[in-house]
Amino acid sequence: MSLIEGRTGQWEVVIGLEVHAQVIAKAKLFSGAATAFGAEPNTQVSTIDAAFPGMLPVLNRFCVEQAVRTGLGLAAEINLVSVFARKNYFYPDLPAGYQISQYDRPIVGKGRLTLDLADGTTREIGITRLHLEQDAGKSLHDQHPHATFVDLNRAGVALMEIVSEPDLRSAEEAGAYLRKLRAILRYLGTCDGNMEEGNLRCDANVSVRRSGAALGTRCEIKNVNSVRFVMQAIEYEARRQVELLEDGGTIAQETRLFDAARGITRPMRSKEEAHDYRYFPDPDLLPLVLEESWVKEIGARLPELPDAKKARFIDTFDLSVAEADLLVAEKATADYFEAVAHGRAGKIAANWVTGDLFGVLNKRGVGIEESPVAAAALGELLDLIADGTISGRIAKDVFAAMAETGEGAKAIVQARGLRQVTDSGAIDAAIETVLAREADKIAEYRSGKDKLFGYFVGQVMKATGGKANPALVNERLRTRLG
Amino acid sequence: MTGLTGLTIAAARDGLRQKKFSARELAEAHIAAVAAARPLNAYLVETPERTLAMAADADKRLAAGEGRALEGLPIGIKDLFCTEDVATTAGSRILEGFRPPYESTVTANLWRAGAVMLGKLNMDEFAMGSANVTSAFGAVENPWRRRHDNRPLVPGGSSGGSAAAVAARAALAATGTDTGGSIRQPASFCGIVGLKPTYGRCSRWGIVAFASSLDQAGPMTRTVRDAAIMLGAMAGHDAKDSTSAPIAVPDFEAACARPVRGLRIGIPREYRLDGGPAEIEALWQQGRRWLEAAGASIVEISLPLTKYALPAYYIIAPAEASSNLARYDGVRFGLRVPGESLEAMYEETRGAGFGVEVRRRVLIGTYVLSAGYYDAYYLKAQKVRTLIARDFASAFENCDAILTPTAPSSAFAIGEKMDDPVAMYLNDVFTVPSSLAGLPAISLPAGLSDDGLPLGLQVIGRAFDEETVLAVAAALEAAAGFSAEPAFLAGGRA
Amino acid sequence: MALDKATVARIAALARIKVPDGEQEHLASELSNILAWIAQLNEVPTEGVEPMASVADMRLPVRDDVVTDGNVRERILANAPQAQRGFFVVPKVVE
Repeated sequence: MSLIEGRTGQWEVVIGLEVHAQVIAKAKLFSGAATAFGAEPNTQVSTIDAAFPGMLPVLNRFCVEQAVRTGLGLAAEINLVSVFARKNYFYPDLPAGYQISQYDRPIVGKGRLTLDLADGTTREIGITRLHLEQDAGKSLHDQHPHATFVDLNRAGVALMEIVSEPDLRSAEEAGAYLRKLRAILRYLGTCDGNMEEGNLRCDANVSVRRSGAALGTRCEIKNVNSVRFVMQAIEYEARRQVELLEDGGTIAQETRLFDAARGITRPMRSKEEAHDYRYFPDPDLLPLVLEESWVKEIGARLPELPDAKKARFIDTFDLSVAEADLLVAEKATADYFEAVAHGRAGKIAANWVTGDLFGVLNKRGVGIEESPVAAAALGELLDLIADGTISGRIAKDVFAAMAETGEGAKAIVQARGLRQVTDSGAIDAAIETVLAREADKIAEYRSGKDKLFGYFVGQVMKATGGKANPALVNERLRTRLG
Repeated sequence: MTGLTGLTIAAARDGLRQKKFSARELAEAHIAAVAAARPLNAYLVETPERTLAMAADADKRLAAGEGRALEGLPIGIKDLFCTEDVATTAGSRILEGFRPPYESTVTANLWRAGAVMLGKLNMDEFAMGSANVTSAFGAVENPWRRRHDNRPLVPGGSSGGSAAAVAARAALAATGTDTGGSIRQPASFCGIVGLKPTYGRCSRWGIVAFASSLDQAGPMTRTVRDAAIMLGAMAGHDAKDSTSAPIAVPDFEAACARPVRGLRIGIPREYRLDGGPAEIEALWQQGRRWLEAAGASIVEISLPLTKYALPAYYIIAPAEASSNLARYDGVRFGLRVPGESLEAMYEETRGAGFGVEVRRRVLIGTYVLSAGYYDAYYLKAQKVRTLIARDFASAFENCDAILTPTAPSSAFAIGEKMDDPVAMYLNDVFTVPSSLAGLPAISLPAGLSDDGLPLGLQVIGRAFDEETVLAVAAALEAAAGFSAEPAFLAGGRA
Repeated sequence: MALDKATVARIAALARIKVPDGEQEHLASELSNILAWIAQLNEVPTEGVEPMASVADMRLPVRDDVVTDGNVRERILANAPQAQRGFFVVPKVVE
């Protein structure tokens, strides 16, 4: 628990997050228009999405499946009966003047999500519910001085609204929650989780209180579009509220925006003043009734999720929590690692993936899907180390070359003659060559300067072009020097 | 009245097949009738070119022996149905200039059956009304007049234009929609047949939505058999409408000939109105005698919550309407009144575009859904609705069809009942309960009032049992022998 | 339940319908009458009764995840009071 130090004492921050995740599906929630990102304005719009007179919604079964899948991935209750309700308000990118959403009978009920914190500990956060709803279109306010331009391509795309319990207690936890949720959604294939593209949006509800006191008045910070900004917004807002309260003021329950440029939150100017959405069950749609067997079948086909995979990696491959966290953050990374680690030393594989491979990927700014070195190729390299063909030191050079050229480890070792020298005769000869010219240093070593041993090892390695087996060099040198 | 415009659908269909006349002749006669009917203000849009083009196509098919169920038959379409590229207004200023880029499923079904379009028919704005006086494009006149009284009368509503056109012989038939009585009540006022099918029998796709859980398209015709023929073409499952029933369309026309012998006809005591016109009570009694004479038995039944149907309806329908009409905001189609800001544009557009009755109902609807009132109003009304449906379900354990009057009065004068909205709402007292329960119901002309105006009887059936409804209605029609004609006939008297 | 002018103004704002000043009083009394008439529903006991979900006695139909619509921008914009460069245009919204 991290508390805020105010002027008059300590304060606890209470945070709940509402995430809107765009569902991966080809078509929209209630119409057959496409959902692909980046199309020309109003080209992915049906007359249903544009709320023309007489138009009616028809539910996309796959979107329901994705919502159920996500609920199961959050260990949540699936409500076999749920109801679509209209949320009524006026806005130009909401053509019908109402959004088809779910209100008191959502498709998914209570669940949970485990945070992986920086210090290696975990904490369980409650999920209140998940429901399906339509996304709105886009209003562009910057195309014209006196007009707003409206594009309905996004109107009607399926969203999952995922609401957390107000269990989060710091900006750090909020960040961990978002990263974990995003990972789960990506593992399940139900949402791309790309906050920059807008297919994962977060609203943060923030309040402060003295430890043990009742919940304070909360403010909602809407539509923050990166994890970093969410954390900044929370920190700013918590401070703002603490300062206000310590100055004797009260918190007005309001909706605020995060101004990323200035790093502050400020109240939203208009929006539905009364927030009276007049929810009622959509009379164009009947209640959604799911078969238990259908839900079970989806559950049976769930992929292994991050928590389970992490536990298995730690157990099977003897990894540390930190290593495991790094490897399971993206399913593609975990799959890559597992392919490399299969039949090999897990810890070594982990080091290479999180160290050398990540280094190359970061430098090139690509994800593991575009890795210049395939998992099998890295595995081959590790085999060459394991069977003594090359030293670990040389392997690093080989890896660099593999990334550059795309060639395999064996080929590179062959071409550049990098085989490790393990012949003790050759090593002894190199030792003699070195010692022959280092008489002074030998004397210094013998009189107590132990550190020089490393120098000698280095010289012998140099004399063999780096190819001598370091362990063997150590051993032979010790024997020789006494 | 002889002449092409006085035919029934069945007779016109036969006449075309027997080559007594061509589709073109039928079309021309009706185009003239449509023009002659202008004093009634029944048509908002006349489409004579389209009529002739479709008739030409019909003649080709008929010649090739490929005539479809409604081939070459001229019909009018209530302006609530979106017709591709033809102005559709729902009787409202807010949709002025709107040309739908799509065709409603029901009208597409009719064109696919070979029917020929005469034009779009006037109606109460957004289907809200019982007299067709709320249309932004002027009231519709009933072709009937009271004996010894020259005041123009209302045709009923909301499908007032449809009823007036069919009654005046300015269409062989018309489509209507019924949410609380909007097909049946105008049918009763205009002396024609109007059928509201079971909810889900016809698709709502492409029909401007008023109250989604109640709206149903249906035929308005001069005979019961014609209504059956029209319904057969209009009905059918539509995957684009999630409330459309996945149920086969039976042979409705054949059902008209079913005998009523052995059927039990329920007479609900709660439909007896205190202080209601004696002639309506008398006609209702006459109806039961006709059915008894035809071999049916009469059962006294009780629908205890009948009187609560109207208030429940006037919560549910406006609530749904307030949400359905939110899309009329000046952004993507229809009227836009410019404003300083977006909010001003919304408010000015909707303020100018909606008439007073629509405004009333949208505000009531907004109120009953608003925070703090949802439970007391909307939720309560939906619970009462469940109970009303249960009333009917119980009743149908003891009878096969229910007989009631259609309306509590004959047509009244344009301008009457305007002081108090509730007085207007009471017109629907007999039709609203079956709407709330989603049951099929038909009105047929059964007699005349003392001052010579048509009076209708209503038959209500079990869900998806339009066949029994049609059979009982056909028996009543035969017994009643209603042959009176309105004062105004668009084709002129023979 | 009587509605006063202020309530009517609030509801009209929620519904985005401008009601001219001169009409507000009359509208308030009309709406109040309607609501008073509707209030008789309270006479009906509804303990334990489920609100009607739909008269339609069927399962909610679903569709496959296939792109079958869209790419009809001309049709979508054809009736627009104001459109530019493929967008709908409205007075600027201040956020």
